[in-house]
Amino acid sequence: MEKRVAFNERWLPYLLVSPQILITLVFFFWPSGQAIWQSVLLEDAFGGNSRFVFLDNFTHLLSDKDYYASARLTLVFSALVASVGLGVSLLLAVMADRIIRGATAYKAFLVWPYAVAPAVAGVLWGFLFNPSVGIVAWSLAAIGIEFNYVINGNQALALVVIAAVWNQVSYNFLFFLAGLQAIPKSLIEAAAIDGAGPGRRFWDIVFPLLSPTGFFLLVVNIIYAFFGTFGVVDSLTKGGPAKATEILVFKVYNDGFRGQDLGGSAAQSVILMIVVIALTVVQFRFIERRVHY
Amino acid sequence: MAGVSFKDVRKTYDNKIEVIHGVDMTIADGEFIVIVGPSGCGKSTLLRMVAGLERITGGEISIGERVVNELEPKDRDIAMVFQNYALYPHMTVYENMAYGLKIAKVPKAEIDQRVRDAAKTLELGQLLERRPRQLSGGQRQRVAMGRAIVRKPAVFLFDEPLSNLDAKLRVQMRLEIKRLQRELGVTSIYVTHDQVEAMTLADRLIVMNAGIADQIGTPMDVYDRPASVFVAGFIGSPAMNFLAGRVAEGGRAIELAGQGGARATLALARATTAAAGAAVAVGLRPEHLAPADGGPLELTVELAEPLGADSLLHGRFGESRETVTVRLPGHVRANPGETRRFTVDPGHVHLFDSQTGKRLADA
Repeated sequence: MEKRVAFNERWLPYLLVSPQILITLVFFFWPSGQAIWQSVLLEDAFGGNSRFVFLDNFTHLLSDKDYYASARLTLVFSALVASVGLGVSLLLAVMADRIIRGATAYKAFLVWPYAVAPAVAGVLWGFLFNPSVGIVAWSLAAIGIEFNYVINGNQALALVVIAAVWNQVSYNFLFFLAGLQAIPKSLIEAAAIDGAGPGRRFWDIVFPLLSPTGFFLLVVNIIYAFFGTFGVVDSLTKGGPAKATEILVFKVYNDGFRGQDLGGSAAQSVILMIVVIALTVVQFRFIERRVHY
Repeated sequence: MAGVSFKDVRKTYDNKIEVIHGVDMTIADGEFIVIVGPSGCGKSTLLRMVAGLERITGGEISIGERVVNELEPKDRDIAMVFQNYALYPHMTVYENMAYGLKIAKVPKAEIDQRVRDAAKTLELGQLLERRPRQLSGGQRQRVAMGRAIVRKPAVFLFDEPLSNLDAKLRVQMRLEIKRLQRELGVTSIYVTHDQVEAMTLADRLIVMNAGIADQIGTPMDVYDRPASVFVAGFIGSPAMNFLAGRVAEGGRAIELAGQGGARATLALARATTAAAGAAVAVGLRPEHLAPADGGPLELTVELAEPLGADSLLHGRFGESRETVTVRLPGHVRANPGETRRFTVDPGHVHLFDSQTGKRLADA
């Protein structure tokens, strides 16, 4: 039975939720509405006048080679961020789950990266790999690998992926660790008695039981790769070199605030908005299913 | 099929704390052994050492002719039933039971045969395609047993398998486990803290106390001749009463310390070896006290508990005010504060050394 709180005054509950609603309206619905409105306008670059062009911005966008390139790049980028991020954090969680001594310290260290803002993470990694002063770039050069993310597109993408993953690994790690610790030890012992070796126990027992957590994290990581990585890209590569790291969310910013194409940029935001709504629906559906499990 | 033997088995954890202080025993092939004791006595640890889930840090455990100290759990030819069942939640009942055989690369047809046979024995036939979460507690318990049976192990290990079930189901499953074990004739080691389970299931009991096997014997042995104050107090419900006393001249009677007057003397069926005047703990089971005018035990009633078939009287003994519980058949009424007198059959007086707590030998 659902418990309901009864209020004596009808207006009181509305008053109590009003701050939240107000914040949502001002900071979420208003800008979103603005974006949608803007996406059907053609704006003078200097803000002089604007003209209603209906869906012209969208049709223009959908016939733009650059946009598709950016979309493809975003898919590759988010696939890399999600797969590498989940893989690394699962590995770390499995290790952390095994150790007994110093487990708390180990966990605390692994959580630290999450406290670093994406933009700062970008700067950190940029420093490390800086072609002229970066210690990692230097070391790589010493063993004969030339790493210059400023001119090499693939290397730039790799670096952005590394920084983005590093920033997100803590989050994934915590969820995986909690998931692992929720698996009763006796299940593993039962499997050991049933004759399964460590590898087999992981694949037959642990992995399937961890898959709900894994799926949840997959959705979260894709959303993160789509939107949360803006700071990393902005501080590391600014979408370059030659748009090699210009993912969709960065293109919105580039086209809108640098290219001054406000209408086109707004149209891109609207498309991204649809993507994020779809992903959120998937996530909620899934979480709901889990609750009724 | 195989017996199990323990030779001075010890367990020390990394922090140098020894929790099992040397257990010796030989379990015959097909025997049903119950390890019973309060929580923390090391009974589960001992079982897990047989299973290979805890390292054996001293002594030797053998299953059949093989010393298993260094063997992996899977190589010990055992099957274990866990307290929380430990069923694989993402597998069906069938898959749960077949998992071990699949790993052992048993041919598919044989797996199928064995799983269906076990399911039939345990009346799980209708449930093979279900998942554990769709089953009731009793059904899960049965699946856990099925998983153990299909592997045809030399030894069954049970780790408090019934403690998660409600009282009624527990009785039913207890009978089923007993029947099954008789049918299959597999050596079984069963850990529990429930003395009723222990008494009813065991061919022999191991009563553990703080890492030591205080007594090993048949249930009736343990009940009739408990080896220590601990065993005497642990086995039997309500628990045995203990009164302070002294051995009388000649060793054929006990003078109870808690009551003045000559009447507080208990006769013994057989003379004790303890010296006259030695301080002893006298153990009297609540069910062995009988009302008698002029009996040696004077009780001031504090509370009467009617149980239906029996009644329990809780009271205090003589001047020492030691607590005593008496179990009387039928309905007994007693008012708080009233005094009653009881006697006890000399054959049912247990004597323990008041220092060591060990049972005193008869002459």
